[in-house]
Amino acid sequence: MKRHLVSAADLTRDDALLILDTAEELAQLSGRAVKKLPTLRGRTVVNLFFEDSTRTKTSFEVAEKRLSADVINFSAKGSSVSKGESLKDTALTLQAMGADAVVIRHHASGAPARLAQSDWLHGSVINAGDGTHEHPTQALLDAFTMRRHLNPGLGQDLAGRRVTIVGDVLHSRVARSNVHLLTTLGAQVTFVAPPTLLPIGIENWPCEISYSLDSVLPKTDALMMLRVQRERMNAAFFPTEREYSRRYGLDGTRMAQLPGHAIVMHPGPMVRGMEITAEVADSPRCTVVEQVANGVSVRMAVLYLLLGGATLNDARTDSVETAQ
Amino acid sequence: MTTYLIRNAQILGGAPQDLHLADGVIKAIGTDLAVEADIEIDARGLIALPGLVDLHTHLREPGREDAETVLTGTQAAAMGGFTAVHAMANTTPVADTAGVVEQVWRLGQEAGYCDVQPVGAVTIGLGGKKLAELGAMHESAANVRVFSDDGKCVDDAVLMRRALEYVKAFDGVVAQHAQEPRLTEGAQMNEGQVSGELGLGGWPAVAEESIIARDVLLAAHVGSRLHVCHVSTAGSVEIIRWAKAKGWDVTAEVTPHHLLLTDELVRSYDPVYKVNPPLRTAEDVQALRKALADGTIDAVATDHAPHPDEDKDCEWAVAAMGMVGLETALSVVQQTMVDTGLLNWEGVADRMSHRPARIGRLAGQGRPVSVGEPANLVLFDPAYRGAVNPDSFATRSRNTPYKGLDLPGRVHATFLRGRATVLAGELAEQGGAA
Repeated sequence: MKRHLVSAADLTRDDALLILDTAEELAQLSGRAVKKLPTLRGRTVVNLFFEDSTRTKTSFEVAEKRLSADVINFSAKGSSVSKGESLKDTALTLQAMGADAVVIRHHASGAPARLAQSDWLHGSVINAGDGTHEHPTQALLDAFTMRRHLNPGLGQDLAGRRVTIVGDVLHSRVARSNVHLLTTLGAQVTFVAPPTLLPIGIENWPCEISYSLDSVLPKTDALMMLRVQRERMNAAFFPTEREYSRRYGLDGTRMAQLPGHAIVMHPGPMVRGMEITAEVADSPRCTVVEQVANGVSVRMAVLYLLLGGATLNDARTDSVETAQ
Repeated sequence: MTTYLIRNAQILGGAPQDLHLADGVIKAIGTDLAVEADIEIDARGLIALPGLVDLHTHLREPGREDAETVLTGTQAAAMGGFTAVHAMANTTPVADTAGVVEQVWRLGQEAGYCDVQPVGAVTIGLGGKKLAELGAMHESAANVRVFSDDGKCVDDAVLMRRALEYVKAFDGVVAQHAQEPRLTEGAQMNEGQVSGELGLGGWPAVAEESIIARDVLLAAHVGSRLHVCHVSTAGSVEIIRWAKAKGWDVTAEVTPHHLLLTDELVRSYDPVYKVNPPLRTAEDVQALRKALADGTIDAVATDHAPHPDEDKDCEWAVAAMGMVGLETALSVVQQTMVDTGLLNWEGVADRMSHRPARIGRLAGQGRPVSVGEPANLVLFDPAYRGAVNPDSFATRSRNTPYKGLDLPGRVHATFLRGRATVLAGELAEQGGAA
């Protein structure tokens, strides 16, 4: 297997299913009183966060600790990075300290790809979100959540399931990773956004585009609402918060247009009152909290498969047995 | 002064002839010349071209001597077959006064590897607010005729109009870096399919084309000469073609990298491909080659932009923009224009020597290869094939996008007014050189 997880586009269908199935096995742990596995004992995992992120960082940290890895948190604030140290020197430092894996969150698109391609580091690089590029573990936890609701079972994919992703696609790394992974798993993806918030060239992506949320709701199995930052309206991406909310926000009335089995997802953090109302966010159809729990399982699976000795292309049964 | 007898060189790719260089000029041309010379060069298989003229380099001195100096930059120029280079004004301090342009000019004289023609800033500090003393720079020893805020666009329409008008008094030209600033805030690469997928801020073609459209109309309105730097899009070519058809005095240049490379390379996130204007699409590349072939684009200019390793060995977003290009320019032009049949060697001489010298009003450069003309010459071996090795460069920086790439041709010798600056592919030490 690839040593790194930089882009969801790097995952084959078999890779993706292996991760989801492994995560499913690992998820059973969370029901136990003792949630820890010895798998990564003695391995060092560094969480290298150049950008503030409470939920992703915490999720990785929990996953690492449940696998008994030695966890180092290296945040840009309070380190030499804030004094102007380069990414290269930071990476060389981590290499010298014996990092087996580096989980990196960076504001610059492509920073994890740079680390993975460089000879600065020999360990695995796991992209925990880079700029407006990708966030592959988020896409994996989203796919994991969708599969549980829409096509449960080990070895199952998302063939034929219709996923609608609404909001600031232009600036969203979640949208980019999801379109790759969900398409690989057989789902049909539709992006809904004002034209200003869709990237140039999106007509060539493997997805449908709509400017109207209402027209796609009845044909949706999973509806994912993306966060829309209020400051976007200052750059004239849309006129006002209220207009955005009226045209692209999800309230109870709109949610009622979804088929009965459909779920409502959000990668968090939610901006209540903007892209999602409190009524929807707190409804039983909303999987936000479940997604957080699934995030830990999926990240455990990724760390385990990248570091545990097995490769993502090995037979699923082998790795799952080792995991247990 | 050393005299040279060059045996069997193909002048502009023609039949083999001998050239006798003495007293700084071409003394004689013919077959089996029976003259004595200090050094005889067997030039069988080599193309003789007039010394190349570059309208666009960054020699970084004063201010960024860690990236390049006038000495190392002109050594690189000589190795690339150039006998004259224009040095852009974005140094520290900015070349916006007679003092700074004279300093750069003098450093070029002292180095002795090629003529250095300083470009003067259009506005003070490249600030885009107030005209620099263009007349003083023209009247200085540097005799500036090309003015540019390169790196920044003169985006204020009134200021651009005034600059275009003002330099008419001394036959100057404004060389515009066409980049609408608001449309390119946070721009990291060409806006298109690849930028959307990579999540990198887009630099749309329209940001270049809208400024060029405005500028050609302004130049026509005030009857001035306009030069467009580093044209990078198919749309820009159309606008320039239209302006020329109108009879307006507009010239344009294209860089070697925009003739060869596309934005697909950015998928690596390797900042060696980060440049301004950015690498565009394959369609743009084809349009630029065609425009250079038909003369819509007048000149190849390198936009040689050296940067130290640490400014490229980093994340894409924080990396510096630019590529070195002096030592690979002719090879890239051979690959993209000559070997493709778009341009013959006569055409190469026109686009890389005659026309750029005329745009820059450089007397004694870009002259025909004929008896009595200044002996500014390059001998080029088009049969050579080899991988680009940055460690062999004369430039102080290593930020080439061609590392390891097989490119055709190499410079065998360069002569500046009869003095060899390069012989047998090696730099020839100059008297004034440190």
